[in-house]
Amino acid sequence: MKNLITITDLSVEELEDLIHTAIDIIQNPDKYAESCKRKKLATLFFEPSTRTRLSFEAAMYELGGSVLGFSEAASSSTAKGESVADTARTVGCYADIIAMRHPKEGAPYVAARTAGVPVINAGDGGHNHPTQTLADILTIYREKKRLSNMTIGVCGDLKFGRTVHSLIAAMSRYNGIHFVMISPEELRTPRYVISDILDKTNTRYEETTSLEDAMPKLDILYMTRVQRERFFNEADYLRLKDTYILTPDKLKHAKETLSILHPLPRVNEIAVAVDDDPRACYFKQVLNGKFMRMALILKLLEVKVW
Amino acid sequence: MVIGAIKDGIVLDHITAGKSILIYSILGLGKLDCTIATIQNAESTKMGRKDIIKIGKVIDIDFTALGYIDPGITVNVIRNGVRAKRDHILLPDRIKGIIKCKNPRCITSCEQELVHEFRLVDRENKIYRCVYCDSEAPKYTG
Repeated sequence: MKNLITITDLSVEELEDLIHTAIDIIQNPDKYAESCKRKKLATLFFEPSTRTRLSFEAAMYELGGSVLGFSEAASSSTAKGESVADTARTVGCYADIIAMRHPKEGAPYVAARTAGVPVINAGDGGHNHPTQTLADILTIYREKKRLSNMTIGVCGDLKFGRTVHSLIAAMSRYNGIHFVMISPEELRTPRYVISDILDKTNTRYEETTSLEDAMPKLDILYMTRVQRERFFNEADYLRLKDTYILTPDKLKHAKETLSILHPLPRVNEIAVAVDDDPRACYFKQVLNGKFMRMALILKLLEVKVW
Repeated sequence: MVIGAIKDGIVLDHITAGKSILIYSILGLGKLDCTIATIQNAESTKMGRKDIIKIGKVIDIDFTALGYIDPGITVNVIRNGVRAKRDHILLPDRIKGIIKCKNPRCITSCEQELVHEFRLVDRENKIYRCVYCDSEAPKYTG
């Protein structure tokens, strides 16, 4: 049985299979409408989330399945002191597949060891968020028609930004990728991401504090939010939260073919005026996330659709 | 000082001087029903000073953790008074229950029953990462 705890649990071939399934779902939605009939997805969200939880639920409903679960720790047995392992084992008796979000890093890995059904990591603290990466990758693929030979700028909180770490891990497996990592000094990419991923895959990268300097060379710009919930110190959050704000003016020096991505929700880092720019892809990314979650559920449940 | 040779048993040799008591404790040797000798600060041509542990019985113990705590140790199996086998303990691929993850965001920080576990990611630089949160393992201080 397979789980998705980190994006590298999927080989390049499996990732490409998911992309092809997702595209087939987009083109032939009726074919999949009852593919998960009588199957149940449990959404165990120990931390608040709107889009990820709703995306999973929408994905399962569009596959003809049903959904059960909770959306905050207070309404789960965790409030009574139950362990993650016990919760997962219990829920595995009710559901065919589990999507879990938890504020503690590694919680879905613990769940996967006892659940007895596939577990999908829907975000564990500042650690991993592989299904967001699936959305990112499908968006890049649909916009660029390739996953190789491009310059990807990642901007904002690169220290706690789990979506950035997963994106780097996934895209560094393709040829000709060049990362430009744009962040304040305090929120630079962790050294282990550089040594364990970028160095080991011989992926080109550079680090800078200037979004303006990086802009002209980018094919993809991946903006991120500085996340209040990842800081132990409120003063540090307030000092850093508005370091980068993408405006139409800053896009003047960008390529016409640039694609702007953001895992959402945004706060101030992308001005609303940018939404009308044809290069803005972040709402397409939301929709792509649902299609990739559908493809992932089918894969993990080993449902074949002909 | 003379400590007699053993007929059947295990000799842990080339232990860094001062670490034998720690290794005795980690391997749970105190629970065995056989003679055990710990020799501290013995003279060594290679190391200057070293510790040695002699176990008077061939036992089935997982010695891999020693590769992390004191990588130079050799494990000698003695049968009928002669050395039947000699192993150099390499860095283990995984270490369990020896060191603790220090990341306050790690699931092990709030679920006490979880065994702290690390996987080797860089053999050359002896770097381990937590299997739960990927944080780098703290240096072992005993």
